[in-house]
Amino acid sequence: MHSFGYRLNGLLTFAVTILALMCAITSLSDNFNTPSPSAEIKIININWFQKQPQGHDEVSLMMNVSADLQSLFTWNTKQVFIFVAAEYGTPKNSLNQVSLWDAIIPAKENAKFWIHTSNKYRFVDQGNNLRGKKFNLTMHWHVMPKTGKMFADKIVLTGYSLPEEYR
Amino acid sequence: MDWQGQNLVEQIMQIMLLVFAVIAFVAGYVLGSFQMMMIVYAGGVTLTALITVPNWPLFNRHPLNWLDPSEAEKHSKPQVAVSLKKKGTKK
Repeated sequence: MHSFGYRLNGLLTFAVTILALMCAITSLSDNFNTPSPSAEIKIININWFQKQPQGHDEVSLMMNVSADLQSLFTWNTKQVFIFVAAEYGTPKNSLNQVSLWDAIIPAKENAKFWIHTSNKYRFVDQGNNLRGKKFNLTMHWHVMPKTGKMFADKIVLTGYSLPEEYR
Repeated sequence: MDWQGQNLVEQIMQIMLLVFAVIAFVAGYVLGSFQMMMIVYAGGVTLTALITVPNWPLFNRHPLNWLDPSEAEKHSKPQVAVSLKKKGTKK
């Protein structure tokens, strides 16, 4: 440590190493958070339900999505990405997951919300299996940290079904 | 900076950085603010740098007495032992 440059280099290297350690501990502290989220989705209306020219079923629906995801936020949370997916089985695929709507929640205040919306992304089947189909609507979320590990989880809401006939 | 100063400064630097890291983490955790942790830590690093990096006179209180150049000329330089024979190595 016999010169200005050597001391400065040593200090900065040590400081950055300790910073990396602090970030690791910060990420670990996220594990102490026990979230208690809730969500509710109601299908208000089926706008239309048709067989497309290529032969695939497509449906457009209006839904009310409400959720309280405030408990997911910690001091180490940058944002929460949520999406709603329709899940059902068909003879061809044991599980289909079609993403209908998503959003980014930037802060805790915005995490308790109610939204009336049509599906942001097209609800299209691989085939024409949707008539009278029973499906689940699952709210998935990814808690994106400022540093470290990302946590992902979901809530499954059951009991939804599509009409028997095209309209 | 003399040797004792360098030792002292290295110790001060390591301890100060660790202490500021702990203070910064606790402050950030308690206040629930990642930004606060970063600000406190950055302040700590700057303060430590100001104290330990420049050549403050207080770290030079035990200076070494280097031999005066004119004195050194008068005494013979130490002999370096040179091996004149290289043992052949087989590859």
